[in-house]
Amino acid sequence: MPDYDLAIVVEGLRKKYGDKQALDGLDLAVRAGTVQGILGPNGAGKTTVVRTMSTLLRPEEGRVEVAGIDVRTRAREVRSRIGLLGQNAAVDEELSGRQNLEMFGRLHHLGARRAGARADELLARFGLTDTGNKAIKQYSGGMRRRLDLAASLISQPEVLFLDEPTTGLDPRGRTEVWNAVRSLVGDGTTVLLTTQYLEEADQLADRITVINHGKVIAEGTADELKSKTGGDRIDVVLHDTAQLARAASLLPGEVAVDENRRMVSSSVSDRMAALTETVRALEAAGIEAEDIAVRRPTLDEVFMHLTKEVAA
Amino acid sequence: MSATHSVDTAHGTGLKLSWAAADSWTMTRRELAHWARQPVQVVVGLVFPVMMLLMFSYLIGGGQGIEGDFKSYLVPGMLTMTMAFGLEATMLSVTQDLGKGVIDRFRSMPMNSGAVLVGRSVADMLQSAVGLTVMIAIGYAIGWRWHHGFASFLGAVGLLLLLRFAMLWIGIHLAMVAGKAELVQAVQILVWPVSFLSNAIASPESMPSWLGAIVEWNPMSATATAVRSLFGNPGAVGDSWAATHAELLAVAWPVALVAVFFPLAVKRFRDLSR
Repeated sequence: MPDYDLAIVVEGLRKKYGDKQALDGLDLAVRAGTVQGILGPNGAGKTTVVRTMSTLLRPEEGRVEVAGIDVRTRAREVRSRIGLLGQNAAVDEELSGRQNLEMFGRLHHLGARRAGARADELLARFGLTDTGNKAIKQYSGGMRRRLDLAASLISQPEVLFLDEPTTGLDPRGRTEVWNAVRSLVGDGTTVLLTTQYLEEADQLADRITVINHGKVIAEGTADELKSKTGGDRIDVVLHDTAQLARAASLLPGEVAVDENRRMVSSSVSDRMAALTETVRALEAAGIEAEDIAVRRPTLDEVFMHLTKEVAA
Repeated sequence: MSATHSVDTAHGTGLKLSWAAADSWTMTRRELAHWARQPVQVVVGLVFPVMMLLMFSYLIGGGQGIEGDFKSYLVPGMLTMTMAFGLEATMLSVTQDLGKGVIDRFRSMPMNSGAVLVGRSVADMLQSAVGLTVMIAIGYAIGWRWHHGFASFLGAVGLLLLLRFAMLWIGIHLAMVAGKAELVQAVQILVWPVSFLSNAIASPESMPSWLGAIVEWNPMSATATAVRSLFGNPGAVGDSWAATHAELLAVAWPVALVAVFFPLAVKRFRDLSR
């Protein structure tokens, strides 16, 4: 077990790019052995945080400790304990998957033999043994991402950073990466992942920090954050605009009516109960629905809610 | 600290140096693996200067009716030009590398931070040594000869590679500063007038005197003149200080260029973290 309780400590981190304050006094504490999600829109500062924690950027102002080590003064020691999956594939496209992993193993000073063995082990673990000798140029997006992930695990890192691990992947590639991340969590690795997708944070993270404009605007478990935004939502689309008002009276809670889209919607706490009750109530009232859907709040809704709260 | 750690945290200087050497070798192997996967590109890189040499010696030199003498003047000049053109090759490779995420992975690993650049320079020097060998062989095949023994021959090769080494660090630095494909193109065009503003192909005597003075101070001219004299080939005769001290300048120029551009390039690389 690691000799620290907090695998990542960030205090008052600031970073400026020209006139833009990318990070504006960011604080973060991640317990060892947990998965921390960083959620935010484009330009919120997610990548800057990850690059700073993984020693690619020097912190301008503030303190950053990873695995109990200061990244500013002992960057090299930090590097031997972390793995990084950046937004762009950080592998050599011209080389084969195996050549890449072996090269990274050597650069982690495993020695030639152990680097080769580790490469084979990781290829097998990520289902890439058959394509191990093909140049990465020929890999699919999902395969490339899995190889990238394998590369960031060469040294069995204590802390793993994943910067938008599934952006640009199709649903199948996304599932592949999610499964790979889940299988890591069991090993006691601390994982920090950034994402634009609430669902991804929801699926993978123990705790989620929402950031915007380089600042933390909310923090908590997925459930805690969702309850802040009023839970799931039910949308009912009708054939007949005239029935909108009656349908609205049947839905629980605060109901929004959108005449243009012939839709009423409301937030619900229990997805399945809300769905069956709504279907029954509409049937009993003789209202014909074109579409009924229960869905999780979108990131937009979480944001609108959270930023409204900050403004107020 | 967990027991799974494979990584050195030792502080011994000897160990650090041996890791630095190992990392540099790993990075060199990466470049060699690139060649193995793209043999066509390597061959094209070797054929281009050979084509230039043949064109100048048979099409242009032949047309001027001074084929015999011109060839022994031309070959050392073309060898020099080939080394100088290495600048664009290095700049192109580094620019392409910097645009890829793999550099980020290297920088997030506990490897020696200079190894990326050292690997690049070892690989490029190896490639240039091969290129130079091919050019010398082709030169020999078309009738060019050296006359001053093996030691002088090696001295000439050494000066050529020294020029290449200087071009290498200029190339790395330019790639770091510019880092864009368009600027590589600009440099690929600019190397032509700079090369022709030397005595590599034409003699400065045939130029207006002000232009001749510029040409004589061009680092490429110093190397070309020194190499011609070591090979025992006819050279451009001038009586300016630069022309009479060509051997000295053929060492001093590259050394001075490396002294300027090596630290600049390394600093640029470190400053990627800003």
